Amino acid sequence: MEKLQYLFAAYAAIWIILFAYIMRLQSRAKELGEELERLGADLGSTTPSSTDA
Amino acid sequence: MKNISTASKILSALVFVSMLVALGAVFLYVPMEKVMGDTQRIFYFHVPAAISAFVCFFLVFLGSVQYLRTRETRWDRLALCSAELGVMFGLIVLITGPLWAKPIWGVYWRWEPRLTSMLITFTIYVAYLMIRTHGTRSGQAPRLAAVLGIVAFANVPLVYYSVDLWAAEQQLHPPRNVGLAPEMRYTLWICFAAYALLLVQLLLRRLDLARVEEAVERLRQRRDELADY
Repeated sequence: MEKLQYLFAAYAAIWIILFAYIMRLQSRAKELGEELERLGADLGSTTPSSTDA
Repeated sequence: MKNISTASKILSALVFVSMLVALGAVFLYVPMEKVMGDTQRIFYFHVPAAISAFVCFFLVFLGSVQYLRTRETRWDRLALCSAELGVMFGLIVLITGPLWAKPIWGVYWRWEPRLTSMLITFTIYVAYLMIRTHGTRSGQAPRLAAVLGIVAFANVPLVYYSVDLWAAEQQLHPPRNVGLAPEMRYTLWICFAAYALLLVQLLLRRLDLARVEEAVERLRQRRDELADY
């Protein structure tokens, strides 16, 4: 029963890593959205002509 | 666009449900292992994380080979995004492994073949990401990283077969083909499926983000050119 702390720690670590990664993706997406708007304004257009390579 | 969004929502829902089912199977369905006790339940998320990392490293290899052959950005993008995900899954493996080892072996870490080769592989892919992060403006970074992405993959079979290549007396890590009770086998397959869906979902999201990053970079260059002009 005393070994349950390792089980708890392992699953906590898994979810923390996954959520941290997902949050990082979301935060990067938000930053890029803001930068796109800024660049659009700088270039005299509200949206870029292409968003894919 | 609407179809893509709907597909993405369906995939997200599938990931959520499959993870719930996997957790239910691990904590409510599968019986406790007799020797290791409840700690053995780490196995059901540890092994699929390792296989997911290997799949990502294979995608880095594939993307790198194709990029060097064709010089098409989409292959470089696949390699970069897969490397990032591979490192994330690798981190899960390297954290959950010692937490499983401590109550069973009495130590968190042993410098034995499987653990050491996994740590080396993880470090190489971290180096790959560092090349990509700090060398994006040089123009050489994708090519250099592609070479590393190919060479680094040589480590993956070494990690996978390390438990067979070295003598069993030298290692405490379980062998590759452990006999599992049917309930344990079903649970492991459920966890594999949940991780596979998670991998696909995260990779698609990361690829989308990479496309936007490239578009922003192109617009930045265009703005700088106009400013110079």
